[in-house]
Amino acid sequence: MAAKTQRLEVSLDTQLESVDLAESIVMRVAEAAGFGEDDVHKLGMALREGVVNAYNYGNCQDKQKKILLSVEFELETMIVHIVDEGCGFDLSEVADPLAEENLLRTSGRGIFLMRAFTDDLAVRRAQTGGCDLVMSKKLPHPISGNGRPQPE
Amino acid sequence: MALRGTCRDVGDVAVVDFSGKITLGEGSAMLRKMVRDLVDTGHLKILLNLGDVDYIDSSGIGELVGAYTTVRGASGELKLVYLTKRVHDIIQITRLFTVFDVQADEDAAVRSFR
Repeated sequence: MAAKTQRLEVSLDTQLESVDLAESIVMRVAEAAGFGEDDVHKLGMALREGVVNAYNYGNCQDKQKKILLSVEFELETMIVHIVDEGCGFDLSEVADPLAEENLLRTSGRGIFLMRAFTDDLAVRRAQTGGCDLVMSKKLPHPISGNGRPQPE
Repeated sequence: MALRGTCRDVGDVAVVDFSGKITLGEGSAMLRKMVRDLVDTGHLKILLNLGDVDYIDSSGIGELVGAYTTVRGASGELKLVYLTKRVHDIIQITRLFTVFDVQADEDAAVRSFR
């Protein structure tokens, strides 16, 4: 039997408080999915950086705009979408923060940390027209037919 | 936990003991203001004790870099001591060990200032 797709969606206001809220939601979901403490922390941090990106650059701190957070599970993967109302960006054009000339920059490390703490990161055009930042991480245990992580 | 910072003098070194999170918002703004105030009042040897900082995000890292350039710009020195594992790991993967002078303990850190 194919595993059911589980999906959680939360609409967040464009405000600083949403960053902590989104982080705590994803950390709880990751913990329930069986990730260990270190991976839960990394997922939370990647999520934080993604929501900060949506807050600052996607929605330009405009309180009229929303940030849509969703978490879904495929058989072996946890996938997080952060959708803002901005026009998106090209990941390949993001400056490398590890380059010597960028080490003293005070910004520009968020995308790097998201990449470091997840297995895959992509930027897509959302169906709503905004930017869909998609991060995924392999589950410690595959999802079973009842939609729950399989015990070891 | 919100960031808290207290400042004390050890000889001619200003030691700032931070606790909590250095993240976007009040935490990073407080760090920036404390370091700027120290420089403005003539403190050019600054040691940031991060032993009770259990979380730092990219904004916090940016503030540390900003603090470093502020102090260096005034011909001073800024060093870090007592990094927690999580802060250590972030500093490491962002290659900032090549920028910051990170010390293992406070006595050695204080002595290392010129």
